[in-house]
Parts: sequence; C-alpha cells; structure tokens
Amino acid sequence: MFDFLEGYDVLGAFWTTVQLTLLSAVGSLIWGTLLAAMRVSPVPLMRGFGTAYVNIVRNIPLTVIIVFTSIGLADIFRVTLGAADDFEALSFRLSILGFVAYTAAFVCEAIRSGINTVPVGQAEAARAIGLSFTQVLWLIVLPQAFRSVIGPLANVLIALTKNTTVAAAIGVAEAATLMKEMIENEAQTLAIGAVFAFGFVVLTLPTGLFLGWLSKRLAVKR
Amino acid sequence: MTKVSVAKEDVAASGDLVVLKSVNKHFGALHVLQDIDLTIARGEVVVVIGPSGSGKSTLCRAINRLETIDSGAIAIDGKPLPAEGKELARLRADVGMVFQSFNLFAHKTVLENVMLGQIKVRKADKKKAEEKARGLLDRVGVANQADKYPAQLSGGQQQRVAIARALAMDPKVMLFDEPTSALDPEMINEVLEVMQQLARDGMTMIVVTHEMGFARSAANRVVFMADGKIVEEAVPDQFFSNPRSDRAKDFLSKILHH
Ligand SMILES: Nc1ncnc2c1ncn2[C@@H]1O[C@H](COP(=O)(O)OP(=O)(O)OP(=O)(O)O)[C@@H](O)[C@H]1O
Ligand SMILES: [Mg+2]
Repeated sequence: MFDFLEGYDVLGAFWTTVQLTLLSAVGSLIWGTLLAAMRVSPVPLMRGFGTAYVNIVRNIPLTVIIVFTSIGLADIFRVTLGAADDFEALSFRLSILGFVAYTAAFVCEAIRSGINTVPVGQAEAARAIGLSFTQVLWLIVLPQAFRSVIGPLANVLIALTKNTTVAAAIGVAEAATLMKEMIENEAQTLAIGAVFAFGFVVLTLPTGLFLGWLSKRLAVKR
Repeated sequence: MTKVSVAKEDVAASGDLVVLKSVNKHFGALHVLQDIDLTIARGEVVVVIGPSGSGKSTLCRAINRLETIDSGAIAIDGKPLPAEGKELARLRADVGMVFQSFNLFAHKTVLENVMLGQIKVRKADKKKAEEKARGLLDRVGVANQADKYPAQLSGGQQQRVAIARALAMDPKVMLFDEPTSALDPEMINEVLEVMQQLARDGMTMIVVTHEMGFARSAANRVVFMADGKIVEEAVPDQFFSNPRSDRAKDFLSKILHH
C-alpha cells in the first residue's frame, strides 16, 4: 500500500524539517526576547529600533524574506555563513537566518503582551530593593512574562514548524521539497499529500499538547 | 542611664537622615507636592496622615525616587538623590519600602523573595543570604512559610514577608505606604506589631497610615498633609487630641467617626 514511498528518504526530509524548526526556534526565542527588552527599554533609540523592526518584518511575506536571504544576502552581498562551497549547507543556514528574523517579530510581540500582564507593583518592588533596570527585567518581569505566554509561544512554534516548508523556495531538502518531487514522479498524489500532512501533525500536535500542559503547570499564581 | 544618654548623643552626632527641601511635583496640571520641607532624624518614627489624594504616596515614592520630582532636593543620610543609574539603585537599596499591596515577587518562594536583593544587590553569598533570610522570617513570625509561594499566604503573612524582604537590605530608613489598608481587620495587628517592634529597635520609619493606635504608641511625630502641602506637624497626642488647623480637625472628625 505504501510502496510509493520506496526509494524516497521521507524520514530524512522530516529530520531536516525538525532541524530547521528547532534551530530557528532557539534563535528566534533569543532574538525575540532581546527585541522585547528593547521595546520596553527606557532608551528611546532602542525602543524605536524594536518597534520599527517588528512592524516592518512581520508585514513582509515570509517567502520574500527567505528568497531575499538567498538572492540578496548570498548572491549579491556574498554572505557565506561559513559554507561557501556547499550549496546545500548554505541554503539551510540562510533559511534559518530568515526564519529567525521573521519569527522573532512574533515572539517579541507575544513576550511583550506577557510583560503587560505583570503588575507594575512587581517591577516597583524590585526597583525598591535596588535592582537595576536590566536586573528587574531579567529576574522579575521576563520570568513572569514568559510563564504567561507559553500558550501564545506554542502557537508561534507550531506556525514556525509549518513555515519551514517555505525553505523549499531556496532549495533546502526539507519535507515539502520532497513532497513536490514525489508528486511529480508518482501517481498516488492524494496518498502522498496525506503522508506529509500526517507527518506535520505528528510534529506539531505533541508540541502543542506539551506546551499547553507546561503553561498550566508554570502559571504564576497571584 | 548612661546607655540612654549615649544613644541620645548618637542621634545628635549623626544628625538628620532624610531631608526634603522645597520639593515640588506635578502630575500634569495637578500640583501633588507643594514646597514640601521635611526633615527626619535618625531613629525617628514619623506618621504621615491625610485625606485621600493629598499626596502621601507620592511623597513616599519621591523619597525612594520611584517618582521624579520637578524641583527641590531630597537627601538620604547627607547624600542627594542621584538622577538615574547604578548609584540610584544603590541608594534605593538603603531605603526599604513596604507597599499597600505587598508586591511580593509572585514567581519566587517566600525565602527567595527575602534572599534575592541580598544576593543580586548586596552581593552576599547564597549561604549567608539564606541564613539571614531565615532569621528575618523568624523575626516577623513566618519562618514556617519559607518554602511557600506568596499566593499561598494570607495578606498579613505576605505583608510581614514584604517587611522582611525590605529589612534584608539593611536599610537606613523604612517607608511604609498604608501597609495595613489592604488587610482584613483580623490581620492588621500582626503587621502593626512587627512595625512596633521595629520602631522599638530604633529603625527610622516614615509610615503612611490611618491606624491611630500605632501613631500614638510608636510615632515621635505626626505629619498631616492635605492638597499636596504639609499642613500641620505635632507629637501624636497633641495632634489627635488638639489639632490646630481646621483641615486636620475636619479630617480627624471624619476618621474618628468610623
Ligand atoms: N501616576 C499618576 N498620574 C497622574 N496622577 C497621579 C498619579 N499618581 C497619583 N496621582 C494623583 O496625585 C494625587 C496624589 O496622589 P497620592 O497617591 O500621592 O495620594 P495619597 O495621599 O496617597 O492618597 P490615598 O490616601 O488615596 O492613597 C491624587 O490626586 C492622584 O490622583
Ligand atoms: Mg496612597
């Protein structure tokens, strides 16, 4: 029944998808948190940068960003990310750069909404014992903000998992690229579509369930 | 005898701890602090009292620089309040603050609440910080709650932890902004007792409160504020039984009837 899978490395393709997702998730969590810190910082220049970044980046289609990393960064500006002669590795790294740049805007907004759920009294009490602005942010405000936005961050992560299929546009051998190839070569298009759809559900469903559980467990009681 | 006189000389020698000179503060068009002059000596306990909106909280917050002021000067222990940055943070650590709504760090245990400032601001090592935190929690009577989270404690217990958290910084002066007004009546006394003990131990305190029992038994002075001004200052007995200003008379007649 599944003989159409023969000769194709479906698992390998999904493994690439998983790698794209995880590396981009870590990157965008870090960059998104820094952006959120900028957006609440007392320095006007940082606030301005954070706001401009988020508003520009989240309004550009992801495909445009990913294609730009390939054509703009690699072809025009000769960015090699340490993989000058290895086309596959280069497009893999470039696509991660694009995913991080894009997803971080959404991570930033999720965290910022979390910051707004932390009562001002928390930051005031922290300032009152002599903590600096950065300490107040990292020790008191962000830990509480994170816990209140695990749900929204799970949505961002699930969207990211599916968004990694855009990497096909610059030739990264992830799941969608393989699916296109198989549909071109095999007759069972519906079955192929179903296999790949199932693959993504297998990746995203447990993520959603686990983070939903975590979000309840870590919720800050007031 | 000798002990008392030595203590008195100490006070005289070390002088004034908190000095406000012609402090002004606006919120938009609202002039919330109007030419405030106030001096608090080391070891003195001052109760600030006055109608809602008179600027009591703003006064406390200005002393701790949680609010900026428009003009005038505030000095703590002879040092003027720095504008921003590291130095300000250090100075804030010397001024303990207790809020009406406790504001314990919700994601940290009671013990961690009392340890955090010692470790991050005073750079104490963890073991010493824990030892001190446990001692302070014991002193305010909540040692057995050390591993719980704030939300698991009653209001009175939370406020006592908040006092311990402030004390952990070895502050020179403690500010209390209506520390008992968010509490159920049966919990007010447990907090007032801790504050009374603190006053007896010689802590310099500025307390915004309408608890007259506390003012009479613990305060050296009552400062009455109305409409952003200090209207009257007197020792508690004189203030409560024989207020001079009409504003104070009017205010006292209202709170005494409740
Ligand atoms: N952040 C702010 N922005 C604008 N106005 C403010 C702000 N904080 C306080 N005010 C106003 O300043 C005035 C003084 O406020 P403050 O909180 O100092 O009064 P209070 O004496 O502490 O009153 P209460 O007894 O109700 O606590 C009030 O009219 C209040 O509405
Ligand atoms: Mg007030």
